[in-house]
Amino acid sequence: MIAKFQWQDARTVQDAIAQLDGTSMVKAGGIDVMDRLKEGLDSPATLVNIRTIPGLDQIREDATGLHIGPMVTLDQLDKNETVRASYTALADAAGHAATPHIRNVATVGGNILQRPRCWYFRNEQFHCLKKGGDRCFAQDGENEYHAIFGNQICAIVHPSAVAVALLALGATFEVTGKRGERQVPSEQFFVRPDEDVHREHTLAADELLTAINIPKPASGTRSAYMKLGEKESFDWPIAEVAVVLGARPGVVLGAAAPVPWRAVGAERILAGNPINEDTARAAAKAALQGATPLRNNSYKLPIFETIVRRTILAAARA
Amino acid sequence: MSKKQNDGLSRRQFLRGSALTAAGTTILNSGLLAHAESPTSNAVGPGPVPITLRINGKDHDLSVEPRTTLADALRDTLHLTGTKVVCDRGACSACTVWIDGIPVNSCLTFVLDVGQREVTTIEGLGTPDHMHPVQAAFVEYDAAQCGYCTPGMVMSTAALLKSNPNPTLEDVQHAVSGNLCRCGTYPKVFAAALAAARKGA
Repeated sequence: MIAKFQWQDARTVQDAIAQLDGTSMVKAGGIDVMDRLKEGLDSPATLVNIRTIPGLDQIREDATGLHIGPMVTLDQLDKNETVRASYTALADAAGHAATPHIRNVATVGGNILQRPRCWYFRNEQFHCLKKGGDRCFAQDGENEYHAIFGNQICAIVHPSAVAVALLALGATFEVTGKRGERQVPSEQFFVRPDEDVHREHTLAADELLTAINIPKPASGTRSAYMKLGEKESFDWPIAEVAVVLGARPGVVLGAAAPVPWRAVGAERILAGNPINEDTARAAAKAALQGATPLRNNSYKLPIFETIVRRTILAAARA
Repeated sequence: MSKKQNDGLSRRQFLRGSALTAAGTTILNSGLLAHAESPTSNAVGPGPVPITLRINGKDHDLSVEPRTTLADALRDTLHLTGTKVVCDRGACSACTVWIDGIPVNSCLTFVLDVGQREVTTIEGLGTPDHMHPVQAAFVEYDAAQCGYCTPGMVMSTAALLKSNPNPTLEDVQHAVSGNLCRCGTYPKVFAAALAAARKGA
């Protein structure tokens, strides 16, 4: 049973922010919030509903690029013709998450800000490092779905598929607080466990993610996204990757690390070379350099290598 | 609770229209689920809150705590038990209902989040005497075994046929890809869905 809480329909962004005092929680689509409440992981005094704030659910394109409201649903991103044509990796990342019904409700902001899906973190019985405990149970535990990079302190994988695409596309997040707005490059938005194990992003308790801005891609830029899971629907990826080819190549791995993981070695190879089977293979190999798999998840390495190569080639053909 | 929009122009339509006038920008897509009403800015609860839910074309007055899900309100308070709760986490979609015609998981929906939107449940789709063509096709094709997934399967299928009257097998498979059937009766669900489409559901 969910613990009791108060409910507040926010009217404006500032109205919502005024309610954020550390005892309240923001509800966007509510998918992750509902799960956390049902699992007893959170017990807010008040749930602040931001679905009632007008204007946060729109996708807009202008000369500078794409502007996505935080309440845009994954289904909107999947079906939007402009997103699909010019920001393909984002449309495919959104369109392959969860199920059709969840995509009808889940928002891009909520997808980025959801808490990790590590089964130790999600289980009330495990007081893990991330929840204020003194150990990461995944280090010596059941870690087949855990991180293969940056996993020494806490081995969660970052749960957001759209974040993987947004990082590859060079997105910037607009964050609004009591004192106004700030623009945070997506690459600086996510927090590694060695920086602060208790959080996954830099958003303060009294701030809202109010927009996602993607710079207009240079002409000829192409992108692709691929996910591999154990089943097609309602499953988290074992491995996922977003690739952007163009003046500034981007290769970002998801389900790989506690943050969306830029494969800098792969990007370097793609930047200096024509894209073909050989360079794709070399970049895919480079993407996995430095991996530190745990006892049960070294199987992820060849899977990542394969989907990185395939996604590079898919982007080249796009 | 907010008052109903009776002026014929919803706030959403108004916002969509006004956004189009912004210089140099084009609104590409507007939220399907977002209805910008004029809510009170006061918190309600945590005790019972009086609300009016529009379900299957009728208004229902009820009193619910904010922690109540739409699925629980439908089943436990309104006794509309056609909507099933199986996994209670959005993994099986047995609890599928429509909100403003869009299929969603009622187990993942806070009942207070419904607001002025219209809920359609399996009871609103058809009755034993006047079945919806998808329901009739499920009977004809024996597309139910234990039956727990059936209402959700029907709601997902009927939603598909509303927006895509001539679906391919792949379209049907995609539309019910969130609906789990532990008996494994998927082939009959697909056959029933395609048959309902052929009959003009």
